[in-house]
Amino acid sequence: MMWYFLMSDAFTFGALLISYGTIRFMSTSWPDPNEVFRSFPLMGHAHMPLVFVSLMTFILIMSSVTMVLAVHAGHHRNQKDVAKWLIWTIIGGIAFLSCQAWEWTHLFHEGAWWGRNPFSNVNGTVASTNFTNFFFTITGFHGLHVTSGVVLNIVILANVLKGTYEQRGHYEMIEKVGLYWHFVDLVWVFVFTCFYLL
Amino acid sequence: MEHTHTVEGHEHQEHEGSTKTIWKTFWILLCVTVVEVALAFLHLETGFPSRLVLNAIFVGLTVVKAFFIVAEFMHLRHEIKNLILTILIPLMLFVWFIIAFLADGDSWKNMRKDLAPGAPRQELPAVHTEEGHH
Repeated sequence: MMWYFLMSDAFTFGALLISYGTIRFMSTSWPDPNEVFRSFPLMGHAHMPLVFVSLMTFILIMSSVTMVLAVHAGHHRNQKDVAKWLIWTIIGGIAFLSCQAWEWTHLFHEGAWWGRNPFSNVNGTVASTNFTNFFFTITGFHGLHVTSGVVLNIVILANVLKGTYEQRGHYEMIEKVGLYWHFVDLVWVFVFTCFYLL
Repeated sequence: MEHTHTVEGHEHQEHEGSTKTIWKTFWILLCVTVVEVALAFLHLETGFPSRLVLNAIFVGLTVVKAFFIVAEFMHLRHEIKNLILTILIPLMLFVWFIIAFLADGDSWKNMRKDLAPGAPRQELPAVHTEEGHH
């Protein structure tokens, strides 16, 4: 069932990203991501494009790995390892959300928000608010997915610690939540490419 | 019956060695991301891979990453064939969506350019006079 839910979710994200692509293709010019996403926490005005978002990507991939390891431990019915890897996954998810919170706050202080775009186009003309609208909507929607993923992880961690799955005789629930978590990672791969690289 | 048994046996064997596969997948994903970022910096410094080539590489590498996440982390590669097809066939719609919508966006851009006040009337006669000279 999780697969079918994820498929519908994939179409939702796909629709958002494709509409973003359509608008970007129909604009004569667009802000340069390397100029917009150039900051790193505590580094002041240093010009560091892509560094921060690479760190975020790394955190999310890492948390995906710890999730697979939790699923793997579940196959071996190793309660302690499942709990350990789930805790690492939750930490990774929270770290990613914190990074995103910092980035949003930073952009907000630069004057970017829904309906407001302080960044100019590559060719120097004034940009429309399409750029910020899509950026905040899509990364926000993804962030919401990460948040619910973290909540789900905390719920199953509580169940693991209580021994619910041990009594049930299998750790299938970890696999299902794991699928959702990997999907969130998968979406980020596309968001990363569409907003930061292209 | 025999067939299902062999499938199960195969699955068990794979679970044994799968922490290795997990880390291998992780290194692949990490390397691909590092390559992407490195190429982006190379472009910023030297402008060497042209924007078009670079974007094609980025999209290609994204698909590679997506494949590894779905196949290994989400374990789809090791599921039964029917599930794989159930998931992948509807997703093929995206191929059409992307082509159709991006082409649509592009044609809008051209219309906006061509129909911008003043722009077309100057351009079209210019083409005609050039042809006239030849």
